Amino acid sequence: MFPFSFEWVWDAGHMVFHGGLWYALGIIGLGMTYCIGKAVLDTLEGKGGHHD
Amino acid sequence: MDSELIPRGVKRCPLGQFSLWIGIVGVVLLWGVYAMFLCWFKGLNQTNMNDSYGFALWIWADLAVIALGGGAFFTGFLRYIVGKDELKNIINYAVLIGFICYSSALLILAIDVGQPLRAWHIFWHANVHSMLTEVAFCLSCYFGVLTIEYIPLVLENRQIDKVPFFHNLGHNMHEIMAVFAATGAFLSFFHQGSLGGVAGVLFGRPFGYREGVLVWPWTFFLFTWSAAACGPCFTILITKITEVITGKKLVKDNVIDLLAKISGWMLATYIIAKIIDTWYWAVVTAPSMGFTLMEFYSNNPFYGIWILFLEIVLGGIVPAGILITQKGRSSSFALWTAVILAVIGVSVNRWVMVLQVMAVPVLPFETWPMYLPSWQEVATTILPVAYGIILIMLSHRYLPIFPQEQELNP
Repeated sequence: MFPFSFEWVWDAGHMVFHGGLWYALGIIGLGMTYCIGKAVLDTLEGKGGHHD
Repeated sequence: MDSELIPRGVKRCPLGQFSLWIGIVGVVLLWGVYAMFLCWFKGLNQTNMNDSYGFALWIWADLAVIALGGGAFFTGFLRYIVGKDELKNIINYAVLIGFICYSSALLILAIDVGQPLRAWHIFWHANVHSMLTEVAFCLSCYFGVLTIEYIPLVLENRQIDKVPFFHNLGHNMHEIMAVFAATGAFLSFFHQGSLGGVAGVLFGRPFGYREGVLVWPWTFFLFTWSAAACGPCFTILITKITEVITGKKLVKDNVIDLLAKISGWMLATYIIAKIIDTWYWAVVTAPSMGFTLMEFYSNNPFYGIWILFLEIVLGGIVPAGILITQKGRSSSFALWTAVILAVIGVSVNRWVMVLQVMAVPVLPFETWPMYLPSWQEVATTILPVAYGIILIMLSHRYLPIFPQEQELNP
């Protein structure tokens, strides 16, 4: 649920619960974006191509 | 083809033998899948759940596998946050076991909710006053974390690792794994706790109700504590079983010893807290609500006082006593006994806090309702076990799960 949803209420419950959820999803999303992005750049630079 | 996928320097059984065992376990899996589809197509009338057992075999299995899968978050916490470097030799397996446990929990929930296509409602129409909302949030996110922790293992497969992108991706994920591990520990702390909090806040159910700190009853902390204590025991148990089945030593004794020692002290401190909690509940909380201790353990054919003894003494004090001593940990028989008892102890705790708590009569005219799961419930509960065995077999065969295997089996 997002703050622009009609059910949203600006109270501690919503902020704590959803804040925690977005915090965790944010770390997971940013972390994976970093890993995939860096892997693309590393691959374009020719790294990691000599493994068996 | 198959030999090209097996990690270098390790021996595996012939493909035919491997396929035969996959097939045997696969039959059990299919039995569970059949029961699962029956539940989905025909509904929850396929179960023997009733008003007193709305939390039945499935939710017990859910809570038990989540507690046993706690080895992943706690071992990850010790390895990446505390810096216990020796545990790098068992962390892969802990992650795999955690991944299996949490995916199993989600699978069981998908059957239990009856209409899995509406599962997203808990995120979009969240009840922010419910412990179970927090459980749903954390469980889903933590499964994501476990998947992220498991992916680099898959990418280390000999053939996949040859692809530069996958090699780089796996390497990058390893580099920031501490961030994911810390997130996993944060999420696990809350969802393990909230599962305990569900029973603890039931003020209409004096068997489960506990006092606590602010909105968190003592059961919140006890559940997290017990998962951190007994999860690693389950990891050790499955590692030992894998060693017996494969006929190989896969992890060095000092690694097992360290994990067992930490687990033992966690279990020892947990069981002291649990005894204090039980004593206070028995002499203060329950009497204040009009109940005596023995009313919770009598006049029924199943829930005797033995269940309290089994949980606290056999499943807590005994394994803790074994695991905190060097002599206990160094004896193979004692170690096996301790980890099995710890696993039984935490499973009984979840059984009691899920089933007995709802079955105890609270009104004078009520009687103890009993419950025997239907074959569909049993089959769908065994389904994740079969799935887990197959995933372990595949991972052990094709992925470098045990970094010390080659060294220990030259």
